[in-house]
Amino acid sequence: MTGYTATVTVRLKRGVLDPEAETTARALERLGFELEDLRSADRFEVDMEADSAEAAAGRAEEMAERLLANPTIHDYDVEVAEREPK
Amino acid sequence: MTVAVVRFGGSNCDRDAVRALEHVGVDAELVWYRDGLPADVSGVVIPGGFSYGDYLRAGAMAARDPIMDEIREAADGDVPVLGICNGAQIGCEASLTPGAFTTNRSARFQCEHVHLRVETTDTPFTAAFEPGDVIELPIAHGEGRFEMPEDRLDRLESEDRVLFRYCDSEGAVTDGANPNGSKRNVAGIVGERRTTAVLMPHPERATLPDVGGTDGAAVLRGFAGSA
Repeated sequence: MTGYTATVTVRLKRGVLDPEAETTARALERLGFELEDLRSADRFEVDMEADSAEAAAGRAEEMAERLLANPTIHDYDVEVAEREPK
Repeated sequence: MTVAVVRFGGSNCDRDAVRALEHVGVDAELVWYRDGLPADVSGVVIPGGFSYGDYLRAGAMAARDPIMDEIREAADGDVPVLGICNGAQIGCEASLTPGAFTTNRSARFQCEHVHLRVETTDTPFTAAFEPGDVIELPIAHGEGRFEMPEDRLDRLESEDRVLFRYCDSEGAVTDGANPNGSKRNVAGIVGERRTTAVLMPHPERATLPDVGGTDGAAVLRGFAGSA
């Protein structure tokens, strides 16, 4: 078994309204920043032991499917990195 | 024979629901989510509130709680199930009904009275109305914007599964009368079984005459009548 960190990023599907991101973008503009668009996403970093990076990625995908993302409104992606031994 | 009002940690409309149901003559009891449904359950209300503190997404945690398997089983056995507000969010997250309720267009919590146009009357919840009737109920939510891909919403409408749409006092379904940016002004729908429903407005807060309007009583009576 090897230690991995699976990073699950959950974002709204293109075309789904994101009022919080719009509010954030307007606040940045009020601070004088120039920007065209802003999207927000949730990132989950999951530490786990697994036989392989593929197995860790598979487990993280199932976590996204079953809880972390809502397939009606979200897309997600998973990245896996080996953890440094402690 | 009794209606179970399922209380999660963070539910806060549970007692209102029991009191409103009792007012329309229905035997209702609070059920703590860890205790499971009573064996003789004849109806289930998933009440409003902030289960699990709205962590992750409103309703996401409660929707994965083991009692939801019992509620799904009851629903499959034609026991009527009504999810109100947070209960509606839980119902969608648990796939009792399709779609999702997410952040209001305003990005704010909104607490106000709204008008609703009755769409289908082919459900116990709306059987007392005529299509096009306009009723008034309160809303109180931050994540009430109904979302669903267009093609699936087309199918939902073709199956006559929209209960209510937000409208103005004359019954016109307009963008101005849409409090939260819900797709096609949808405020509530039924599942594949027409005895399973979710809605964001609160019928239990418009049932007792001493707290204002009573348009919600017919929704609860209809629900209980099929229980």
